[in-house]
Amino acid sequence: MTKEPVKLLEDEGLTFLTCMQCGTCTGSCPSGRYTSLNTRRLVLSARRNKDVYHDEDLWMCTTCYQCQERCPRGIKIVDGILTLRTESVHMGLMLPDHRKVAGLVIDKGHAVPINDANRERRKELGMDELPETVHKYPDALEQVKKLVEVTGFVQLVRNEGSEVAEEGQ
Amino acid sequence: MKPVSLFLGCIIPNRYPGIEKATKLVLDGLGIDWADLAGASCCPAPGVFRSFDKVTWLTLAARNIVLSEQMDRDVLTICNGCFGSLADANHELKNDPGLARQVNKHLGEVDMKYKGSAEVRHIIEFLSKEFGPDKVKDAIKRPLELKVALHYGCHLIKPSKDRDMGTVENPVFFDELVEALGAKSIDYEDKMACCGAGGGVRSALLDKSLEMADAKLLHIAEAGVDCIVNACPFCHLQLDFGQVEIKDKFGHEYNIPVLHYSQLLAIAMGYSPEDVGVDLNFIKNEEFIDRLRG
Repeated sequence: MTKEPVKLLEDEGLTFLTCMQCGTCTGSCPSGRYTSLNTRRLVLSARRNKDVYHDEDLWMCTTCYQCQERCPRGIKIVDGILTLRTESVHMGLMLPDHRKVAGLVIDKGHAVPINDANRERRKELGMDELPETVHKYPDALEQVKKLVEVTGFVQLVRNEGSEVAEEGQ
Repeated sequence: MKPVSLFLGCIIPNRYPGIEKATKLVLDGLGIDWADLAGASCCPAPGVFRSFDKVTWLTLAARNIVLSEQMDRDVLTICNGCFGSLADANHELKNDPGLARQVNKHLGEVDMKYKGSAEVRHIIEFLSKEFGPDKVKDAIKRPLELKVALHYGCHLIKPSKDRDMGTVENPVFFDELVEALGAKSIDYEDKMACCGAGGGVRSALLDKSLEMADAKLLHIAEAGVDCIVNACPFCHLQLDFGQVEIKDKFGHEYNIPVLHYSQLLAIAMGYSPEDVGVDLNFIKNEEFIDRLRG
């Protein structure tokens, strides 16, 4: 059952209720200059109801933390945005490109895996073709695969039902 | 100083391997006791994974930290994203026994256990705190007379509640390390602004992300510098490959070379720009590379 955002934030030790709507966050936001993200409005919206989970502005935050650093009320705004995002994702709302990146880690252990051009670059530099990561150690990759399975992450990302929700977003 | 394991992340080994090579040359050159963190994975990337599922984010981050704990080494990162992810995860796990128990239950499935015995470091704060600009200066062979636009990036210094890096509005510790190499750090408008790549914005909303990078690059171009120096491969990618994308999408051409601090330091230690892959960037500026050859 989806929690009310106020309760959700409270359970994470966070609150937006002390916000006085001064707008320092919006004035400090690098994304808000170019996107629809209005942090002050988003914070207000999260105090009201579950609509915030469907708000695409949640995904326009670069997590630069400038708003959080400058908030005169000391509200952990970015931590809160990440918490709201998580609830939204667990409702099945995820941007297609983010789903792809998540899939890469599930399959390869890297969000940005090696490709042919960079195998060549590494050789050109006199380095091993593969780095000392899960790319070189299959057992290590198996550990990662096991972990994303047991945490339920694979199911979360590859859930058939969430495809429908994504279309509806 | 505790020995370190080198955490590579994704973008450095798989997109800008020259930064990996430069870092290893620099660590050797400074006599730092380091080792590969064999079998490490994605940190995992804070923007997407932390947003998606907190426990998964913490569990994969903890696995990387445990690999380093098993070697009795601190984790050395060379990327703001990896640093943010691993340092914040380490902080959460050390301070929340309930979460640590939950994560350890999952790690038990692969016979691992998080203890909380390792610190997570970032090469810039590591060099600043463990060496300081004077000792770095002693280690170089040739001063680089360059005008540099420095880009701190965000997660090296923020959130400040979990860092110990002083002011987030006007930090100087990275500038000092650049100036130790003989270069001049040039001030520019909105110097502390984000490159626009983080938080999953670049991966899902590329055009918007590039508009932020475009503003940053315009301010840097106005300041009249020889190159950009960063501490993060995701910022590096956004400011280097981003210039190609920005030219293509918005018609703005900058042609400003971009270097990670490890590359700049390696060159000041006597290595050639080709040794550390500066010529493998998307922005190819022959005149600049010639100057680096000294």
